[in-house]
Amino acid sequence: MSLLTVRDLQVSFDTPDGEVVAVNRLNFSVNAGETLGIVGESGSGKSQTAFSLLGLLAGNGRVSGSAQFEHQEILGLSEAAMNHIRAEQIAMIFQDPMTSLNPYMKIGQQLREVLMLHKGMSKREAHVEALKMMDAVKIPEAAKRINMYPHELSGGMRQRIMIAMALLCRPKLLIADEPTTALDVTVQAQIMTLLRELQSEFNTAIILITHDLGVVAGACDQVLVMYGGRTMEYGSTEQIFYQPSHPYTRGLLKAVPNLESRAGELNTIPGNPPNLLSLPKGCPFNPRCQESVASCFQDAPELISFTGGRQRACHLSLQAEEVA
Amino acid sequence: MLSFMTKRLLVAVPTLLVIALVSFLLMHLAPGSPFGGEKDLPPEVLANIEAKFHLDKPVMEQFVIYIGNLLQGDFGPSFVYHDFTVTELIVQAWPVSLELGLWAFLLAVLLGGLIGTLAALKQNSRLDYILMSLAMSGVVIPNFVLAPLLMLVFAVQLGWLPAGGWNDGQWQNMILPVVALALSFVASIARIMRGSMIEVLHSPYIRTAKAKGLPQSYIVLRHALRPALMPLVAYLGPAFVGIVTGSMVIDVFFTTGGLGQHFVNGALNRDYGMVMGITMLIATLTILFNAVVDILYALIDPRIRHS
Repeated sequence: MSLLTVRDLQVSFDTPDGEVVAVNRLNFSVNAGETLGIVGESGSGKSQTAFSLLGLLAGNGRVSGSAQFEHQEILGLSEAAMNHIRAEQIAMIFQDPMTSLNPYMKIGQQLREVLMLHKGMSKREAHVEALKMMDAVKIPEAAKRINMYPHELSGGMRQRIMIAMALLCRPKLLIADEPTTALDVTVQAQIMTLLRELQSEFNTAIILITHDLGVVAGACDQVLVMYGGRTMEYGSTEQIFYQPSHPYTRGLLKAVPNLESRAGELNTIPGNPPNLLSLPKGCPFNPRCQESVASCFQDAPELISFTGGRQRACHLSLQAEEVA
Repeated sequence: MLSFMTKRLLVAVPTLLVIALVSFLLMHLAPGSPFGGEKDLPPEVLANIEAKFHLDKPVMEQFVIYIGNLLQGDFGPSFVYHDFTVTELIVQAWPVSLELGLWAFLLAVLLGGLIGTLAALKQNSRLDYILMSLAMSGVVIPNFVLAPLLMLVFAVQLGWLPAGGWNDGQWQNMILPVVALALSFVASIARIMRGSMIEVLHSPYIRTAKAKGLPQSYIVLRHALRPALMPLVAYLGPAFVGIVTGSMVIDVFFTTGGLGQHFVNGALNRDYGMVMGITMLIATLTILFNAVVDILYALIDPRIRHS
C-alpha cells in the first residue's frame, strides 16, 4: 500500500533574477517500509523536493501539486497541523550533522524536547526514552553522551544522534537528505547499515536522497533520477541499474568509479549541471547528452508512464529490453 | 577560567598605565591651564597655586606624583571645585549616572532585543520596515534634540512628569532622562539583534528544529535566542560602560547631577584632576566589562567554554 503519493509536485522560488523552478512536476510514491532513492547532481532539486514535503522551504519558495500521506493532503497544511506531521509521521535527517544539531544545546535536551512536545512526556520519561533510542542507534556510553554538547562528538556520532532524534516518535517515513555525504567512507557504511537495520526494526519507509549510486544500489527499492528539477527516469532499482533507459542514467552509472577498469581516468558526464534560471530549450539535459537527436533541442520530452509504474522522459525510442 | 581572568587582570595594569600617561600628556599639551581663567592672577599668586598643584614641575615628574597618589587610592584635588577632592565629586555624581544608566541599559536591551527579534521574524514585511525605520530614526535623532522634545511634551504640555532634577532618584524624575538616554541604544540594539537573529534563523540547526515540529515561539526562545545574542554581547560591553558613566546632554538638560557634566566641564576648565579621574574610571570599567563580555561569551557558547 502506498504511504506517500506525490502528484505533479512543483517547487519554485521568486528571486531577484526571476522565478526559478527547482522542482518540476514530480510524480512518485513510497510504500510502507520501502526505500525510495532520489538521485541527481547538485542543484537537481532533490533536497527541495524533501523540504517541500515537510513545509521547510525558504520564505520565497512556493509549492504546488499534491502529496497524499496516508490519504491526507500534506501540502499547504497550516503550521500547527504540519507540526503534527513533522517528527510524528515524517521525520528528516540532514546532510551535514556538524551544523544540523544546535551547538548551544546539550544532546539530551535536543532529544527530550521532541518527546515532551509531541508525546507529552515528563522530562524524566523523555530522558529514559531518549537513552533507549541512543542505544538503538548504537551510541556507546549513551548515559554519558546525553549530557554532552554536539561539538564533543564526532561526525558519525552526531549523525547517529540525528537519526535517533528523527526516530523518537516512530515516524512512518524518514527522509534522509544525503545522510552520509559529510562522513568518512567507513562511517558512511556504518550509517547505511544502521539505517537498514532500523528500517526493518521500526518498519519505517525511507526517502533516501543521494548522489551516490553505490548507496542507492544497496539500499533502495525504487529510484527516481532527477535532472534540472525534472524526472529523467523512475523505476525499480533493478530496472534502473540493469536496464537504464535514459542517457542520463546511463551516464551516471558509467561515472561510478570501478576498481576493475584499467583506464587511469574516471568516467564523467561532460559539462556542468544546468542553471535553473536559463534552462536550455527542449530537454534540460541536451547540452550534455551524447545521444541527443534534433527533437531534443526543440521540445522537452513528456514524462511517460509505463506499466509497473516506470517513468521516463526522453525523446529516444525505447529498446524492447529496456522496459521489460 | 581562573587563569584566564588572572591573565586579563595582569594585562590591565600596563594598559591602564599607558592610558593614564597618554591622557595626562595630551591634557597638558592642550593650550590653557586650570588657572588661566577670566581674571588675570598676580604672578606671585599664580606661582603659589601652581606650586601647590605641582604644576611648576616638569610634566613627567607631575605624572609620577599623580600615579603615586593614584596607587594610594587618591585621585587628587579638583583644580576647579577647590573645596572637593576628585574622589568626593565622583562618589557624589557617579551613583546618579549609574542608576540612570542601569535602568536605561535594561530598557534598551529588553526593548531593543524584542524589536529586533520581531523584525527578524517578520523579515521584509511591513512590520519589519516600520520597526526598522523607527530604529533608524532613533539612531539619527541626537539626544540633545530628543531630551528637550520629551521635556516639552511630557513635562511642559502634559505636565505628567517633572522637567528635571534628581530628587534622590524618585521614579518620576528618572523616566524622562532614562528614556532619552536609552533611545539611541534601543535603536542600535534592535538593528544588531535583527541582523543576528535573521542569520541564526537561516542556520541548518533551526531547520532541524522546524523539521522536529517544534512551535515557532519555542524555536525562537530555546533554539535561536542564545546564538543570536552573541554579536549583541560584543556591542553591549562597551555600550554598558558608555551608558553608566553618564551623558553630558542628559545631565545638563535634566539637571540630574551625573558624571557626564563633570567630565565635559572638567575638560573645558582644564580641571586636570577631574578629567584624569573620570578617564581612569571609564578606562577601568571598559577593561572590566570587556572581560565580562568574554565571560558571557563562554557562558552562552559551550564551544568557547570547552576550548
